[in-house]
Amino acid sequence: MSAPTAGPAISSPADARSGDGPWPHVLLAWPTVALTLLFLVPLGIIAALGFFRRIQAGFFEVAFVTDNYARALDAFHLERLAVSVVLALAATLVTLLLAVPFTFLLTRRPRARQVPYLVLVLASLSLSEVIVAFAWSLLLSRTSGVSNLLVALGLMERAASWSPGLPAVLLAYVFIALPLAILSLYPTFSRLDQELPEAAGTMGATPLAGFLTVVLPLVRRAVAATGALVFIFVLGAYVIPQTLGRPAQWTMPVHITDQAIMKNHLPLAASLAIVLLVVSSLVAIAIVALGQGRWPRLALPGRAR
Amino acid sequence: MSRWLRRALFALVVVYLLAPLVVVAGVSLNPRQVLFFPPEGVSLRWFGTAFTDPGWYRPAINSLLVATFAALIAVSIALPLSYVVWRYRVGYARVVMAMGLAPFALPPVITALGALALWIVLQSYGRPHTVVLSHGAFLTTLPLATLTVGLQNLNPQLVEAARTMGATGGTVFRTIVFPYVRPYLLAGFVFAFVLSLNEYIIAYMTVGFTFETLPVKIFASLRYGYSPVMAAISVLFFAVAVALFALVGRVGDLPRLLGADERA
Repeated sequence: MSAPTAGPAISSPADARSGDGPWPHVLLAWPTVALTLLFLVPLGIIAALGFFRRIQAGFFEVAFVTDNYARALDAFHLERLAVSVVLALAATLVTLLLAVPFTFLLTRRPRARQVPYLVLVLASLSLSEVIVAFAWSLLLSRTSGVSNLLVALGLMERAASWSPGLPAVLLAYVFIALPLAILSLYPTFSRLDQELPEAAGTMGATPLAGFLTVVLPLVRRAVAATGALVFIFVLGAYVIPQTLGRPAQWTMPVHITDQAIMKNHLPLAASLAIVLLVVSSLVAIAIVALGQGRWPRLALPGRAR
Repeated sequence: MSRWLRRALFALVVVYLLAPLVVVAGVSLNPRQVLFFPPEGVSLRWFGTAFTDPGWYRPAINSLLVATFAALIAVSIALPLSYVVWRYRVGYARVVMAMGLAPFALPPVITALGALALWIVLQSYGRPHTVVLSHGAFLTTLPLATLTVGLQNLNPQLVEAARTMGATGGTVFRTIVFPYVRPYLLAGFVFAFVLSLNEYIIAYMTVGFTFETLPVKIFASLRYGYSPVMAAISVLFFAVAVALFALVGRVGDLPRLLGADERA
């Protein structure tokens, strides 16, 4: 699961050589055609669509106009963009604070003990965003939510509804991001030398100091890559802000979908998508750069590389 | 870190991941059309409704069909691609690989909008094959990731030995590579299948209500009237996912399939 961003080096058999004949190209034909048509071409269409002119009937004609981008960058949409980025960053931060220590401690357990946790994480990851939104709206509702539990415990006067609203959106964001983060960190953390933290302990470091000074510097690239992955994933979520948020929490995906489906304004939806794509890439690159060594130095001098 | 701290953190994560499901499971047991938790009583009638009401089982069948074919497409792209990248030096293979991994580096809504635009241009918006193909390409990342891990773990000397003894490329693939990566292939298929089953936004933007999948149906119900049947369906979904991943864990070594190194 780490491959999308962590990009492990691919080991090749030593005997790779030229003169393999047509086989590699025959084998690559279908993947190349399929991914070009289904991934690259759609992106190209979106890039072009942003400049097309909307026709009243709901479709569009080929043109080169900048009105769509002007609207995509107006005060309203820029504010929505800022809200989207801040919400996604907040969710990413909370997710990492939970996922990093959890994954580290999980990978210190015997393999057989890890399996039930991994199954739970995988099953949660695959849970539809629609079901997640439904579940959290129940969990935070007045009739069936946690507030009833707090009333029963005497901690609250009467049951309350906490959805829709900001806490509901953030809780659900972290819920969908946590399994993804754990699985993305898992390969790096489980390949980490089991003895490193112990060695730090032997040399007098407290477990926390050992984790911060020995483990974290070794995994910071993976942590940053995971942060970027989670950020993009949360930033692109539609159902959660739409269902669990008030209009104040409606993010870019809500407005993109609204324009594309409800208002039949594909060119505006496309220009909003391109703006979102550019901003998400820039933030993701910045997060990855943080992991390349511009963090405050937590490591001791002469640490193992 | 102290054992106490570890237990607290594990408990927190498990409770966080399970709490919504506990509530959903409780709500699904309500005998009346209410969404109370704890439930007013215990009844399995909403699970019955899920299987007998065509409004619910038709989208379920649609979802199963889409997920099966989409996962097959994802695997059909990922297997030759990961094999060529591992086995040969072909310049553009890396580019194709990047395209296969890129969908997870894009906000999902953009992938969905791209699919919508593509199928409108090709004038096949709303037809069932659109969601199958778009899911297939989007989810290729998953078998690509598991297969890449699998091939990395395969000892190149095995291939070298077979070559020395006169095996052709095809024979090496059939007798060494394929048997070795089979569990990774299965895991990749299951990931793609389960994620397609649960995917909402691409399905909504490619076929919407003309070929309604279960997540699209649930989302519509979310907006126009809750029912305990939604809870029952959600419980069934979670059960299917747990069963499939547990099966993968039974067939293969789950930690290794997810990228832990080779170690007993």
